[in-house]
Amino acid sequence: MGSYAQAALIAGGLLAGAAVVASGLGGNRIDARADQTDARGLAPGGAATSKGSVDNRNAFSHASATLSFAREFDFKIGNAIFRKLWVSSPASTRSSDGLGPLFNARSCQRCHLKDGRGHPPAAPWPKDNAVSLLLRLSIPPQSDAQRRALANGRIAVIPEPTYGTQLQDLAIQGHRAEGRVHITYTEREVRLAGGEIVRLRKPIVRITDLGYGPLHPRTMISVRVAPPMIGLGLLEAVPDAAILARADPDDSDGDGISGRPNRVRARRSGAMVLGRFGWKALEPDLVAQTAAAFSGDMGLSSALLPATAGGCTAAQKACLAAPHGASKGGAEVPESLFRLVVFYARNLAVPARRNANTPAVKRGRTLFHQVGCAACHTPSFTTGKDTPSPHLADQKIWPYTDLLLHDMGDGLADHRPEARASGREWRTPPLWGIGLTRTVSGHTFFLHDGRARNITEAILWHGGEAQASRDRFAKLSAKERAALLAFVNSL
Amino acid sequence: MQRHVIFAAGLLAAALTVAVVNGQSRAQTKATAPDAKAVIATYANIAQAAYGDALTTAQTLQRAVQALIDKPTPQTLDAARKAWLAARVPYQQTEVYRFGNKIVDDWEGRVNAWPLDEGLIDYVKGEYGAVSDENSLYAANVIANKTLTFGGRSIDASRITKTLLSKTLHEADGVEANVATGYHAIEFLLWGQDLNGTGPGAGNRPATDFNVAACTGGNCARRVQYLKVATALLIDDLRWMAAQWGQQGAARKALMEGPADKGLIAIFTGMGSLSYGELAGERMKLGLLLHDPEEEHDCFADNTHNSHYYDVIGIQNVYLGRYRRVDGTLIKGASLSDLVKAASGPTDARLRKALAHAVTQFQAIVKRAESGEAYDQMIAEGNTAGNKIVQNAIDALLMQTKDIERAIAALKLRPVQFEDSDSLSDPAKVLQ
Repeated sequence: MGSYAQAALIAGGLLAGAAVVASGLGGNRIDARADQTDARGLAPGGAATSKGSVDNRNAFSHASATLSFAREFDFKIGNAIFRKLWVSSPASTRSSDGLGPLFNARSCQRCHLKDGRGHPPAAPWPKDNAVSLLLRLSIPPQSDAQRRALANGRIAVIPEPTYGTQLQDLAIQGHRAEGRVHITYTEREVRLAGGEIVRLRKPIVRITDLGYGPLHPRTMISVRVAPPMIGLGLLEAVPDAAILARADPDDSDGDGISGRPNRVRARRSGAMVLGRFGWKALEPDLVAQTAAAFSGDMGLSSALLPATAGGCTAAQKACLAAPHGASKGGAEVPESLFRLVVFYARNLAVPARRNANTPAVKRGRTLFHQVGCAACHTPSFTTGKDTPSPHLADQKIWPYTDLLLHDMGDGLADHRPEARASGREWRTPPLWGIGLTRTVSGHTFFLHDGRARNITEAILWHGGEAQASRDRFAKLSAKERAALLAFVNSL
Repeated sequence: MQRHVIFAAGLLAAALTVAVVNGQSRAQTKATAPDAKAVIATYANIAQAAYGDALTTAQTLQRAVQALIDKPTPQTLDAARKAWLAARVPYQQTEVYRFGNKIVDDWEGRVNAWPLDEGLIDYVKGEYGAVSDENSLYAANVIANKTLTFGGRSIDASRITKTLLSKTLHEADGVEANVATGYHAIEFLLWGQDLNGTGPGAGNRPATDFNVAACTGGNCARRVQYLKVATALLIDDLRWMAAQWGQQGAARKALMEGPADKGLIAIFTGMGSLSYGELAGERMKLGLLLHDPEEEHDCFADNTHNSHYYDVIGIQNVYLGRYRRVDGTLIKGASLSDLVKAASGPTDARLRKALAHAVTQFQAIVKRAESGEAYDQMIAEGNTAGNKIVQNAIDALLMQTKDIERAIAALKLRPVQFEDSDSLSDPAKVLQ
């Protein structure tokens, strides 16, 4: 019998007394241990790895395999809320209103297409929309008070005075959208060993159709593509100590790679905690991440972020005054629905690896380590024993990220700091599931702004701490590069 | 440590695969137990018959659609709607096959995807909103527009073809609500938008929307073409699936040729996942939480009560090993119920009782709907009696799922590993 038998989850329904209805509660107990024999990460999510098909567009939409029927109920309702279209207030369906007034999308799913990766618009508005990416905005500190607030972590950024921290490119009827995303590209050539020429495109981002007057002259803009939704609950369950153990902020081991944790203020407790989610690790956990997305992306309030007008600023008075969808004392997204969405996000499963045993993939895995990719794309962690999701506990997982910030050089810099992350730093993104990007999303656009059109381009954009690894990659023979890519695509 | 069955709920599909039986062959110890392969054969026979019925009723729908197109009158439109409703009866009884069988789950979105942004297909009114949305195709109206622009491309939609609907538009831009094919696309064409909220009434499209000579709603020739193509696609898809359950079909062979317990797990997975997560959760509880008339599965036709009811009948069918065909014939054979009964009579009795109880609760919903209060009205805010009757049905599904879990435990079935990769079943071997 394989070791997966030990990954069995005791069906909650057998043991728990009463039926659990959409409560986020469950009677599950766990009989699962980190599988230390899976030395190649064939089941990257441990026992929670998806058991669904990996050869079609739903490959990222399956639930953790360790869920009971009872928790599947919550997952399914969470999925339905995730794709639910919110409407503006007032509406006949009181539980579904509260959208906007400013928003980027009407539903979670409209950005997180097929629970996968977003993409840059194929052409500037109106030929295409920019729905699966957004622009973050801020300005440098303008006063000592602002400098202090940033330094002590009370705030993560100084909002652009009129538009806030995010450009919402849509608005409900009767309100103006903030503007449109306009991206064009310049290209340059890079020559690899053996003569292959790769063209790298760099985005030039501007905002057109500004709805509320000019931007602050020193506005910093950062383009953010919606990241894939898989494995988030497992990443959340990695103990802080395991992440911090890999940090080397002053590069004391002299390998050229620092690795710094972001530190952010927890909204509820006010404590400074480890940042973990988002392109710059700005959010500490999935509750905070979900609340931020509801607020910033859809203009919906929740218990954690109760402002009903979402991203409206004091300078957008009509926006603040618009009808909202919160019943008295509540939020536009009631706690019961909010919890179900978080549960859904926690339990979108990581797919099993494909073709892991071909000679090229095995060779590529060795090269991945030799070139130095694994210095930041940390192959494996073991999730904690004590987590809010016991069915995700104590699993050996293979995300290929250290969840730390790294200086990625000028080429990738957005020059827009967030909390402790500088304008050159990005959090190492996980690589699990990356080989299914085309299957799920129909494209292979990578990096925070989707500039890379394939994995080779993405690697070649690596600079800063990753420059040496990038250079080693560029010097590999064509066959070796193909092997390395085969390995990455098997993840 | 005591071990219990695990249910990899998560998923759909495929989920559980290889299973191991503890102890001796049941056939030796339980004289009355049927052979597990015979039980699986019954399951496959029911699938073949039910998908076959779904196909023939869809063909009847196709003839009714042609009659509507030939002579668009209120009578022919009504006949087409009745044919659509009749076609849903066998199809919904097949939904229980979706969650235990990867081949069905991978295919299902082509025929039964929901909910849909109907503005992709045809004209819409009311609060729908014609302005550009973050879904470029939200109000694209293929019937009115021969060129569509999305994803930075112009799409030639001058000819409405199977390829256009199933390959180009279905889930276009990665948006799941871009549903261009299947029962619900056809339903929208036959009924039109339901603009009544949680008030009474279904969609009310006039027959003249299909009258090329005296057209209402514009673009009648293209609407006719869309309806013809979508119906033909449905038939293609159902024919294909019925064949997968034939004697040499891939779906049947996948079950019959694998370990018997894998097949039994597939049957239980379908029952449990449809009961709990899909029907009780996604399709019913959410709508009740939100009191949202959009959360109605067959919303244009106000047929949700039947849609849910026949799902529940389908669950009962596969447990009892019987299916009443559209022509009245009874398909019957060795059943899962017999197998559980041989292992534990009380467990079988409980589950049969729970399934029957659920059927009763869904009959109550059907009865209420037929008395004039549609499902979307039942879930409306403030409709205490309606809400209660829906909640009772949900509770019955939750209860029956517990008894399904007890039945799995009684048979000592235990899923142990992934299906399609021996590298996963034996990682150590791979590392050599």
